[in-house]
Amino acid sequence: MTERQQTTDRAKALEEQLPALTRNQAAVEAARCLMCYDAPCTHACPTHIDIPKFIKKIATDNLRGSARTILEANLLGATCARVCPVQELCEGACVLGAEHKPIGIGRLQRHAMDFAYGKKLNFFAPAEATGKKVAVIGAGPAGLSCAGELAKRGHSVTVFEKRELAGGLSTYGIIGLREPVEVALAEVNMIKTLGVKVENGKELGRDFTTDDLRARFDAVFVGVGLGATPGLGIPGEEYVIDGLEYIEQSKLKLSNLVVGKNVVVIGAGNTAIDCATVARRIGGGKVTMVYRRTEREMTAYPHEYEFIKREGVNFLFLTQPVRVHAENGAAKALECVRMSLGPVDASGRPSPQAVAGSNFSLEADQIVKAIGQEKPSAAQQLKLKTEKGFIQVNRNFETSLPGIYAGGDCIRARGAASTVMAVEDGKLAALAIHERLVARG
Amino acid sequence: MADLSINFAGIRSPNPFWLASAPPSNSGMQVHRAFEAGWGGAVWKTIGAPVLNVSNRYGAWHYGGQKMLGINNVELISDRPLDVNLREIVEVKRAWPDRAVIVSAMVESKPEVWHDIIRRIQDTGADGIELNYGCPHGMSERGMGSAVGQVPEYCEEITSWVMEVAKIPVIVKLTPNISDIVMPARAAVAARANAVSLINTLNSIVGVDLDTLEITPNIGGKGGHGGYAGPAVKPIALNMLATLGRDLVMRDSKLPISGMGGISTWRDAAEFLLLGASSLQVCTAVMHYGFRIVEDLCDGLSNWMDEKGYAKVADVVGRSLHHISDFGNFDLSFRAVARIDQEKCIRCNLCYVACNDTAHQCIDLIDKDGQVVQPQTYEVQSNGKEEAVSSRPMVKVREEDCVGCRLCYNICPVEDCIRMLEEPSGRPAVTWAQLTESQREVTDDWEQMKKYRDKMGIHIP
Repeated sequence: MTERQQTTDRAKALEEQLPALTRNQAAVEAARCLMCYDAPCTHACPTHIDIPKFIKKIATDNLRGSARTILEANLLGATCARVCPVQELCEGACVLGAEHKPIGIGRLQRHAMDFAYGKKLNFFAPAEATGKKVAVIGAGPAGLSCAGELAKRGHSVTVFEKRELAGGLSTYGIIGLREPVEVALAEVNMIKTLGVKVENGKELGRDFTTDDLRARFDAVFVGVGLGATPGLGIPGEEYVIDGLEYIEQSKLKLSNLVVGKNVVVIGAGNTAIDCATVARRIGGGKVTMVYRRTEREMTAYPHEYEFIKREGVNFLFLTQPVRVHAENGAAKALECVRMSLGPVDASGRPSPQAVAGSNFSLEADQIVKAIGQEKPSAAQQLKLKTEKGFIQVNRNFETSLPGIYAGGDCIRARGAASTVMAVEDGKLAALAIHERLVARG
Repeated sequence: MADLSINFAGIRSPNPFWLASAPPSNSGMQVHRAFEAGWGGAVWKTIGAPVLNVSNRYGAWHYGGQKMLGINNVELISDRPLDVNLREIVEVKRAWPDRAVIVSAMVESKPEVWHDIIRRIQDTGADGIELNYGCPHGMSERGMGSAVGQVPEYCEEITSWVMEVAKIPVIVKLTPNISDIVMPARAAVAARANAVSLINTLNSIVGVDLDTLEITPNIGGKGGHGGYAGPAVKPIALNMLATLGRDLVMRDSKLPISGMGGISTWRDAAEFLLLGASSLQVCTAVMHYGFRIVEDLCDGLSNWMDEKGYAKVADVVGRSLHHISDFGNFDLSFRAVARIDQEKCIRCNLCYVACNDTAHQCIDLIDKDGQVVQPQTYEVQSNGKEEAVSSRPMVKVREEDCVGCRLCYNICPVEDCIRMLEEPSGRPAVTWAQLTESQREVTDDWEQMKKYRDKMGIHIP
């Protein structure tokens, strides 16, 4: 096999999983929508997109209007159409779900978004300049949403992003099977056309300070997401690969990605499932997910769990890694211990406890960890109050420091972190910032 | 099992389903295949005057993802040579002696021309003749088709010419493009025709192309009205059928009626029979799905008749006609109210918005505590399927305010979820006709009407 062929095959293996709906498929699906009044899907959507309205517009062949309806509520509609856990949100609330199939809201939203991006349509022009300046730290979904909403209202917005590319997890952390990197980058460009300046390679503390921000800007929004994957704290840890880096490579440097023939993924969240997907689809070998609790406690969405089982991934529940065995500078096996569930712990789930003498060894030539992310360090840098390690905000998304707002994963002390929640945080924070700036005159 | 065979003005067929005179009965080969599929009869596509056809002759109306709720056409009568048609009719009839072969005809409005075509049709061995006075496009511009059907005098005169030579049953096909369908039907009676059939197609323009601004279908940059048919015209056909069924002249004549216009299923068929049709013609549904649909037409009708205890088609014909009346004879004291089955309701709230915006504002949203609430009152930060579903209010009819308009019933997407319950109003039965007769002042004067309402306890906000 030539190198080129191999690259093509790899890219194909991680191509966007769901094909775009054809015009006719979309029309038939849209016609199925009952157009509920005060619809539960709209309530369930964290950004409250008027779903029956945008679907009706697909049915009437008003795709431009449909796309605008979506973007008015959610500037990152193209990403959300792909990565939203629709089963838990809009589609889960669809009144047709009980007896029939719920409307494919996510895919219809993608249909309208693909139309808008395919035609390079611009829907919003910035309002007359207010002369107010806002800094946004982090160009992930929360930051971009906040920046876009503020720019629409005439404020001058600068987004500081420590990475080379904007988009946050949409660009770096969600496998291409769910969202191709081009979709995330096209959204970044759309936000830029609203007048938002994005400065890449600029990190808080390294390239600018809190004082710089205070001096130059009238308000700040912090949307820095979470930190690195924490350490496992076990011997041989240096042979364990970070799951987020694994996914990042699969999206941006796929030809360089090394995938083992016998991969163990530690963790059972959505990122762990993405890692296992990459390992299965690119490596084609044995993939085992190891989780210290049971399937009842895993944080992955039920539909993701169903998906990964179909991909042919094995699961070892109630299993905790205790040591990595290496040979010739590479992982050879993961030693684990069996667990049993004890009393409920701080996370509200039964705490896993090691079963003495139950150690066993799991062969592995590659070990990937996806066990969540560390709490945001920006909280300390900016001297913000925290809640369970997350940045504490009030109902207006304002932190303990006046004029500094925050949203997205970095404030998610309660509930599951998701892109769409981050987008809504950014939007609501933008509204609060706008109120503040306009009220001050 | 029910006996589906019919004897329609002397034309016998094993079931009441005939192909209507249209593209499906354009050739011997097609009619042969239709009979193989089980059709009881076929009205041959109209033969007669020489014609030439155009391309893009059918336009369709689609709605809500459903294809072809209506079709219109500017196709003319058969464009195959007369002698070819006549020869094929002979062959088909010879091969299918038990099926009804009726030949539709349309020629220039001269007695000798009509005499000639009638004789030639009779020579084929066909079972009957249908006079096409309905075709609304093309032929009408040449003084034929609906140009005849729209003028009862022409209708009567030409039918008389036909009856001078006719030895087999003659059916006069009526155009719906007329203000009173009774007039041409009575003309057929006067000319001693043996039966009538209705409806032919309706004048229509099916649409405009929003890219080119041309008419759909586009015939070299031009388009125009064409004959409209299909499921969408069924209610119009049923009304015209029932109108003939209630006309005293038609009743006395005992002329049978062949019904058509949007018949797609056995249910449609049963409705046409109940309103007085004794043979049924089908075109659009066949053009959509092919000859095979006759199987369920027969099977469904037969099962329904068995269930209802009707042994033969004649037992069904006209059975619902006595329920038809005029507004003046409706009981003004009859009262029905809507009730929503909360177990079946899926909370789409379509009834709520319809009632609240466009009807009589008598459906409320009720929360878990039984309080009336307004729509869209959830907090901006509330989301997720559990919150959306669990906090969703229920819809409830305030029956004391419900006027029984039946809009919610018609809208509800769930079967048997909304029922119209008959709730006695407590007032004695009275019709508008009786009221006009007994208390003229009430029906003439608003002040008197108000007094009457107060007395009767009729409150309309």
